[in-house]
Amino acid sequence: MTISPSSIEQVIPGQGAMAQPSARARRRRFRFVANAKAATGLALLGVYVLLAVIGPWIAPYDPDARSADVLQAPSTRHWFGTTHLGQDIFSQILVGARSVMVVGLIAGVLATILSVLIGVTAGYLGGAADEGLSALSNVFLVIPALPLIIIVASLVDQAGDLLVALIIGLTSWAWGARVLRAQTLSLRRRDYVEAARANGERTWRIIGFEVLPNLTAIIASGFVGTVIFAVMSEITLAFIGISSVSSWNWGTILFWAQGQQALAQGAWWWFVPAGLAIALLGTALALINFGIDEFVSPRLRTGGRTRIRTADGRTVRMRVGFTPVLAPTAAPVEMQDTRKDQTR
Amino acid sequence: MRFLLQRMAFYLFTAWAAITLNFFIPRIVPGDPVQSLISRNQGRISADAIASLRVLFGLDSDRSLWEQYVAYWGQLLHGDLGLSFTFFPAPVSEVIGSSLPWTVGLVGVTTVVSFLLGTALGVGAGWRRGSWIDGLLPATTFLSSIPYFWLGLVAIALFAGPGSFFPSSGGYEPGLVPAFDAYFIPSALQHSILPAATILVSSMSGWILSMRNMMVTVASEDYITVAHAKGLSERRVALSYAARNALLPNVSGFALSLGFIVGGTLLVEIVFSYPGLGFQLFQAVGSKDYPLMQGIFLIITISVLVANLLADVAYLLLDPRTRKS
Repeated sequence: MTISPSSIEQVIPGQGAMAQPSARARRRRFRFVANAKAATGLALLGVYVLLAVIGPWIAPYDPDARSADVLQAPSTRHWFGTTHLGQDIFSQILVGARSVMVVGLIAGVLATILSVLIGVTAGYLGGAADEGLSALSNVFLVIPALPLIIIVASLVDQAGDLLVALIIGLTSWAWGARVLRAQTLSLRRRDYVEAARANGERTWRIIGFEVLPNLTAIIASGFVGTVIFAVMSEITLAFIGISSVSSWNWGTILFWAQGQQALAQGAWWWFVPAGLAIALLGTALALINFGIDEFVSPRLRTGGRTRIRTADGRTVRMRVGFTPVLAPTAAPVEMQDTRKDQTR
Repeated sequence: MRFLLQRMAFYLFTAWAAITLNFFIPRIVPGDPVQSLISRNQGRISADAIASLRVLFGLDSDRSLWEQYVAYWGQLLHGDLGLSFTFFPAPVSEVIGSSLPWTVGLVGVTTVVSFLLGTALGVGAGWRRGSWIDGLLPATTFLSSIPYFWLGLVAIALFAGPGSFFPSSGGYEPGLVPAFDAYFIPSALQHSILPAATILVSSMSGWILSMRNMMVTVASEDYITVAHAKGLSERRVALSYAARNALLPNVSGFALSLGFIVGGTLLVEIVFSYPGLGFQLFQAVGSKDYPLMQGIFLIITISVLVANLLADVAYLLLDPRTRKS
């Protein structure tokens, strides 16, 4: 999720003044995290990853174990209440986290690899290869993905996690491929790529070392987007009862809640925690994506204070493309100061 | 005109790809679910219907793949999608025909309304960057991260129930006969408010964000500065200069993401037991009704393609450059 190591290393270490470069290097390294949205998203995601790893160990009960506490509201014994069979919902959520994260990760990685292969190849090679590959990704983009996934998954009896991840990954690469192709098209005629080509570099090396590093942010945001889609699709499949209902994920919990008329019985605790868990995970990933977007194009940041009082007492609304003169005498001096700082 | 012809050629190609995909999926997947269904319904299905199902699902293995493919197409062109097992002995085309209007009405209208509303809010958010609408963005992000169907469940729990104005399921009052009369239309509208609101709330934020980002990008273009310098009113610069140009990528984005949106909104029908294609697909999945599932997939795909074509026409009307060449 962070910027590629090569662009971090570009900050010259140890040259020039004594303390300053290292301080600036440190600031650069954490510049992506310094974005409030990205930091919030990463922190939330960290909690989910942690739960996916340790969830099944710290679950207080066996998620399948029945007990005499049938359909109980949240209490100190059962934090999120119990199901119609007396199963502990808190344990089900903890155990289910792993399946959700694993499917999201596998599908995301698979779709990202496919989108890079297809998108970058199409954009870089051009010509007939480009026409064919773009048509392929456009077809996959226009065909409704979720119904297709439902059809394929339902033909397989009791699809497991891995199979669901593969089906989702194989059908959801098209958006990333399209974006990557467009960006590669604009990169392939840049001077440094031309220079590499003139030097006689091999094509795979130009793609791998000149083009790909400049696509890092787009690949990362495509990956995050696919993970969101994969998680939603997996939960949907479980909710409508296509994938295996014997293993726990949040969709399975909702499947049982819906099937047992949790709504009619007023058992809100049965479906609210799972839904909130999904929504928070989705928000975390979306925030990371906003962070990447704003990191790449700072203009998209939400402005802080936009109404500014000028020297003559009027207020001006700051806007892109406008540079209001705030204090005619102070501004130039300030600019000189900063410039001096940088040259020193 | 050339642009439109190109797009139509592409959609025809995509329709062919989807139909071919539909042809191959049951043939690639191991196992023979349809064969077992046919033998289970032995004696209840006519010989004609069995023959049609064999063609659709590739059970007649004595024929070559190419012959099967040609026969498949011949059957599709006659509008024969096989028999539905759930609604036996109704043909799939009839079942789909009865639920398609519901989906077009609910999903079609809400998708367009959500795009228009979201775009309008996005224009405001992008033009007045840093105003209160920007503060709404995190909230809309959260709302759009909620699965549609779960939001529907919550909406039912909060707003529907015995004695409430909003019914919790169905498309119209049980006992009414679907017709364009004074009893049926209000009932249908009343049943669609809650599902429509659910779709609106969770699908709008994407449009707000993309339109805002486009507005922010366009606002720094030179022609905007020139428009300001000419002394045009703020409103005119925002709408006729900035928004008009920022709208174009949003419209093409709308066309491309229709497939994703329609897939998600179909789930809302499931939660509300709304008698459209999504609910039908859900029932088909539950009873392993493969002919109905495949038929619904085909119809959804073709509807999305038609909607895409309409979005392209809108693009053509909005962007004079595509008309010139």
